[in-house]
Amino acid sequence: MIRLLFVFLTLTSPAYAVQPDEVLQDPVLEERARDISTGLRCLVCRNESIDESNAELARDLRILLRERLVAGDTDQEAVDFIVDRYGEYVLLKPTASGANLLLWLAGPVMLLIAGAVGLNFIRNRSKTQSTVPSGSDTLTQEEQARLRQILED
Amino acid sequence: MITELGHFALILAFLVAIVQSVVPLIGAAKRWSGWMTFAEPAAIAQFLLTGFSFGALTWAFASSDFSLRIVVENSHSLKPMIYKISGTWGNHEGSMLLWVLIVTIFGAMAAAFGAGLPPTLKARVLAVQGAIGVAFFAFILFTSNPFDRMVVPPFDGRDLNPLLQDPGLAFHPPFLYLGYVGLSMAFSFAVAALIEGRVDAAWGRWVRPWTLAAWVFLTIGIALGSWWAYYELGWGGFWFWDPVENASFMPWLLAAALLHSAIVVEKREALKSWTILLAIIAFGFSLIGTFIVRSGLLTSVHAFANDPERGVFILIILVIFIGGALTLFAARAQAMEAKGVFGVVSRESALVLNNVLLAVSCFVVFFGTMWPMVAEMAFDRKLSVGPPFFNAAFTPFMIALGISLPIGAMLPWKRGRIGRAAWSLRYAFLLAVALAILVWTLQSGRSALGPVGLFLGIWIVFGALVDLWSRTGRSGSLTRLFRLPGADWGKAVAHSGLGVTMFAIAGLTAWEVEDIRVAQPGQPFQVGQFTLTLKDVRRVQGPNYFSTTADINVTESGGRVTTLHPEKRDYPVARMPTTEAAIDYRFLRDLYVVLGDQQADGGWVIRTYIKPLANWIWGGCILMALGGALSLSDRRFRVAAGARKSPKTGVPAE
Repeated sequence: MIRLLFVFLTLTSPAYAVQPDEVLQDPVLEERARDISTGLRCLVCRNESIDESNAELARDLRILLRERLVAGDTDQEAVDFIVDRYGEYVLLKPTASGANLLLWLAGPVMLLIAGAVGLNFIRNRSKTQSTVPSGSDTLTQEEQARLRQILED
Repeated sequence: MITELGHFALILAFLVAIVQSVVPLIGAAKRWSGWMTFAEPAAIAQFLLTGFSFGALTWAFASSDFSLRIVVENSHSLKPMIYKISGTWGNHEGSMLLWVLIVTIFGAMAAAFGAGLPPTLKARVLAVQGAIGVAFFAFILFTSNPFDRMVVPPFDGRDLNPLLQDPGLAFHPPFLYLGYVGLSMAFSFAVAALIEGRVDAAWGRWVRPWTLAAWVFLTIGIALGSWWAYYELGWGGFWFWDPVENASFMPWLLAAALLHSAIVVEKREALKSWTILLAIIAFGFSLIGTFIVRSGLLTSVHAFANDPERGVFILIILVIFIGGALTLFAARAQAMEAKGVFGVVSRESALVLNNVLLAVSCFVVFFGTMWPMVAEMAFDRKLSVGPPFFNAAFTPFMIALGISLPIGAMLPWKRGRIGRAAWSLRYAFLLAVALAILVWTLQSGRSALGPVGLFLGIWIVFGALVDLWSRTGRSGSLTRLFRLPGADWGKAVAHSGLGVTMFAIAGLTAWEVEDIRVAQPGQPFQVGQFTLTLKDVRRVQGPNYFSTTADINVTESGGRVTTLHPEKRDYPVARMPTTEAAIDYRFLRDLYVVLGDQQADGGWVIRTYIKPLANWIWGGCILMALGGALSLSDRRFRVAAGARKSPKTGVPAE
């Protein structure tokens, strides 16, 4: 997509996301580093994580993150360390604190509302039905399929 | 000269659109048939004029007329012809002209094929469509004129961004616009129905093909964009939850909801006001998408010439159209009484659930996309909302949709029993569970995403097949199967496509293998089951770029698989480097190789990915689009069309 446009605007020579010289010896630590870095934003890029980005700053952050992990930080400590320096803008997955609760709760709350409205609508529709003589819906499935067949052909 | 004619035609089209948006409306209100039928020639004239104007601009690009500003800014005489032509819509002004051209195409199609619509409804639909045209003609002519001349034409242009010099660009935007703008037809029908004060089964039947067509185009457009990102970006990402991607995804979700709720209107005369509302909001999201892309309000990797003035203009269009339509809706919605009654367990209820899930998931995407802006303005917090949030907040809705889809699709209209639908799906369910468990035990220790995706995929695909088979009756036979109406086939194929795409996304995310290393020429290295050998790295000159091309031999357990040629390109005019990944496309997996920089020791950075099921993502999208097309081909849409022309064919079979 046109996202491509900006990928290279921020650099002078083409480099690639994670470089071989950044990769940690310990595969477990490296795996953790990769996991964390997909959730951290490259600050000079447009909506890219530092894991994908080619920018120098992203490389610096990747190396910084790996240094913290090697120094024995937990994932949370390493992320906090970076957030302390660069602000919460760096987090691609916003924390569920303060006003951000709104963001995280918007979906579930909306689902509840929409579900309640939908259910209420369905209830109303089926209540109306109780005045209609029931028993007309006793066609078996194959009868219905047959009927549909006849009607549609 | 041709340029001036193009500009002139555009202005004429603007004037025609103004008349078209007023005269038929008055005609319909006063029942003056002459004024009403004026809409048809106007719509067609508008289309011809805009088509000529677009042709003139394309000609300017094809003949490299560097007296035009946007040609200078986006073209170069050495560029291959296909990219000269596709460059016409590879910029803000040209793409807006394409957008408005599609508005007029849809208007002309409604004028040409809407012979059986009631005259007042048709006049009003075309008038509303004309009004949409007016807004965008004004936008182009007053803020983004593509026919702007240079005072001093330079000898050559500045070239198109090399990343856009790709067949993907030639087709991705036109399909997206066909989808976005296709929703304008649903909007026009909704507003016309509100003005009429009448929504019935026939209205549902008329509006559904347009929605279906828009949805099919959006599906293709989004899939093309995603595929383009996959092979061009250099690490094989296919979806980034970027604001502009979301801008195309939200109308897709709503169009999917709309085409399902329109079925309920058509078959059961229920959900009318909701369907109208949905049609308005779906087009609203198309406009919001345009706004997001062109205003520069949100940080997005997709770039168009961002200009606050243009943003304000689109915002005004958005407020007038959506605000006006919603006001009209508030005034008239009461008049649309639902007729059909149905039980709590019924196809109708299942479609309500479908709409709730799709609409709320769209809301989640919308909220997440807008949240950074809201948080900054209201709470003074500068933050990001990226893929991890969307994956966490959006995926549950799709899983719920996937689980409920096969059962809902099997429920009969009016009243059904979940038990009966579930019982006929027992084999599909058992198969899905069994395979998911098998895979889960085999993969040991990886994320549960793969097995869950596999379960959903099999459950949906086989559920769709069981549903299709059940249509043939108990004594199901193959001949009957192939004589089923297009809509039944369309439903099965489109649903299967969704299942395939869900499985593919889950599988690719869960089972991808990645390898990053410095490769020495001649020394083989192992990635997964493949052995790769960097044979040579060459300098190659292309038409308007220089390339560094690697030759990499790939073998699998001794047998030769292929030779891949990943490239790094440098475009001197645009002064921009690009990477061209080399991909070995296979049915079950792609092998994706990217060439990096040369290191001090003479080795090259090589990134290798094994991407399982990558092709299935787009295969599923193709199935979805194909399903939509099959459904569009359904005889019953045409029966309805035929019935309008010759009344004696009678009421279309239901």
